Amino acid sequence: MALTAFTVLFAVSIAGYLWNRRAASVLREGGARLHSLSGFHGLYSFLTAAIPAVVVVLFWLILQGPIIDWLVMSGLPAGTLDGLSKGARQLTLAEIKSIAGGRIFGTPEPWKLEAAERLNSLRQVGSVLMVIVAAALSGLLVLLARQKVSDIFRARHKVERTLSGLMIFCATVAIFVTFGIVASLLFETVRFFERVPVGEFLFGLNWEPQIPLREDQVAAEGAFGWIPVILGTIVITILALLLSIPVGLMSAIYLNEFAPKRVRAVAKPILEILAGVPTVVYGFFAILVVAPALRSFGASLGIPVSPNTAMAAGGVMGIMLIPFISSFAEDALSAVPQSLREGSLGLGSTRAEMVTKVLFPAAIPGIVGGILLAVSRAIGETMIVVMAAGLIAKLTVNPLESVTTVTVQIVTLLIGDTSFDNPKTLAAFALGMMLFLVTLVINIFAIRIVRKYREIYD
Amino acid sequence: MVTDSSSTQPIRETARPVHQERTKISTHEVDVFYGAAQAIRKVSIDLYEKAVTAFIGPSGCGKSTFLRCLNRMNDTIDVARVEGTILLDGQDIYDPKVDPVQLRARVGMVFQKPNPFPKSIYDNIAYGPRIHGLATRKSDFDDIVEWSLRKAAIWDEVKDRLDQPGTGLSGGQQQRLCIARALAVQPEVLLMDEPCSALDPIATAKVEELIAEMKMEYTIVIVTHNMQQAGRVADRTAFFYLGDLIEYETTAKLFMNPREEQTEAYISGRFG
Ligand SMILES: Nc1ncnc2c1ncn2[C@@H]1O[C@H](COP(=O)(O)OP(=O)(O)OP(=O)(O)O)[C@@H](O)[C@H]1O
Ligand SMILES: [Mg+2]
Repeated sequence: MALTAFTVLFAVSIAGYLWNRRAASVLREGGARLHSLSGFHGLYSFLTAAIPAVVVVLFWLILQGPIIDWLVMSGLPAGTLDGLSKGARQLTLAEIKSIAGGRIFGTPEPWKLEAAERLNSLRQVGSVLMVIVAAALSGLLVLLARQKVSDIFRARHKVERTLSGLMIFCATVAIFVTFGIVASLLFETVRFFERVPVGEFLFGLNWEPQIPLREDQVAAEGAFGWIPVILGTIVITILALLLSIPVGLMSAIYLNEFAPKRVRAVAKPILEILAGVPTVVYGFFAILVVAPALRSFGASLGIPVSPNTAMAAGGVMGIMLIPFISSFAEDALSAVPQSLREGSLGLGSTRAEMVTKVLFPAAIPGIVGGILLAVSRAIGETMIVVMAAGLIAKLTVNPLESVTTVTVQIVTLLIGDTSFDNPKTLAAFALGMMLFLVTLVINIFAIRIVRKYREIYD
Repeated sequence: MVTDSSSTQPIRETARPVHQERTKISTHEVDVFYGAAQAIRKVSIDLYEKAVTAFIGPSGCGKSTFLRCLNRMNDTIDVARVEGTILLDGQDIYDPKVDPVQLRARVGMVFQKPNPFPKSIYDNIAYGPRIHGLATRKSDFDDIVEWSLRKAAIWDEVKDRLDQPGTGLSGGQQQRLCIARALAVQPEVLLMDEPCSALDPIATAKVEELIAEMKMEYTIVIVTHNMQQAGRVADRTAFFYLGDLIEYETTAKLFMNPREEQTEAYISGRFG
């Protein structure tokens, strides 16, 4: 029924568009000088009719359910709900609803059957009413909009203002969603810190989130010190950057400053493909190729290498970041004015001297900004490390050992049967919160640096 | 190297008679193509040592293109192709044996728009000497920097802020900084592509004074749209039109008594 309502109101609005446009055209043909083009008069009608009607239908859809529920419950024979708890009432309502949906178990009391029937008919009436209201409202608004068509009516400005209002609304929605996400994270984090002291979390050196799920299970108390986890993230991030920064920068410099056109035409799309590979595929690559290769290489040197090394995860993550860093560096390099290149070459410098002594210093803020963004991507990267890094938190910086990361721990903590009131589950939110804060700080830095550098040449 | 900067003489008088001059750059039937489009057609010209030559002509006629052939700056443009011979002191600069990087140290260039590096004033000047290894000790670099800035008549304005970015100077100062930067590598030839087009009359006058002085030691080629400027600074003037060299004469003769009708039309402002 919702679909019908939307179809009707859009059909009416489109009719309004055509009607107003026609009316404006007629005026124009009659020799009047209109302030706005006919199309704007049409758009004015469309927006005037569609927006309020859409809003009304949306509210209707949201409110119809609860209102009908309330009507049904209050329409039950007197006394049936007396003495029932809130939960029991909800159960009754659910039963009535499933009867209304045709799923009848056993032999329900006749008053329930009656209520189910009432529910169905109320729903029907509500839906039909909604379509009628949508049609009537949009029709009325189209009529009103039609009255406005005249030579002096500033439809163009009205449309402009409505559209900008719409854009502001969308931007606000995005901002509120962000706040909502942060708030929910914050809420769970606070609950976690009610159970585990902040100091223990921030400075503890042990991460063993094994908590008995049931009272009768015997298990260790569990330790929630995040240091080994964040250390694992840092180790893997550094390994990734050690690979991706030099390779990414060099390839950017080569592609931007040295490569002949034909090479660039081939190489750039390939780098872009690399950027589009899903991270789960990188994960496969890490497990199937890099990790075994590292192990056999280690074995040939007599060094013990664990199966889930930080090296394998970090290395593959580094490969993932190469196109990221390279494209940032390329943007930064191409933002350096051509005149500086000519100035340097004109003084008798080689291209390499030009790059290292003039372009690179000029582009460094943009490059640093790109690297910082890459860092926050590395920290937040999940799939590769879930597949290729370890699960056990170990306090080590040896890249040949297995380490775990913040994201891996969040995933493992939330996988499987979870109840949202024990520290094990809540710890995931605390970790998520920390991850959010760290990347937020890095991103703010990065954006500042990038912006500052933009001001130099624009 | 340091010359007495007070010996500014009227330009006309310092212009030497033609017969004493030595050819510095000689081009023979030079063609330049951008892809399939020809920008310069069979240009043969002799540029004389320690003299100022001006290139004039309507916009798009190929002055910059031809100027950029003289130090192989066109090599840096993918689509550009140069044919014909260009001799510098009798040596073909497009010979495979010639290193374009070394060539550009001998034939310096100043661009239309001032393009100081985003570095300190000092480092802007020291850039060329550093890459060419013209000095090793700090004091030698200091000397080169001071000498170049004095030569470019900007020393007094910047001597107290050598560590500040060159991009913070005014447009006219930036252009003189770029000239100083080019002088610091001690070129033999200085190519200037409309060096005054972004400058006010006072800064322009300073640059012109500078040119008059520099030609004692350097071979200077200047592209200009300003006919008065050509008249003031140039010993000889070449008029280009649609990729052709139409007329090349001593400045006085070209302006007073042009041989070609197109030249006459251009300098009298009938087109371009
Ligand atoms: N990089 C390039 N690629 C393709 N064509 C070019 C390029 N540079 C110049 N041209 C073309 O070559 C011709 C000559 O250009 P050039 O810049 O030498 O003219 P100009 O005489 O210096 O003009 P102006 O006085 O406006 O500076 C023009 O038609 C121009 O469009
Ligand atoms: Mg030009």
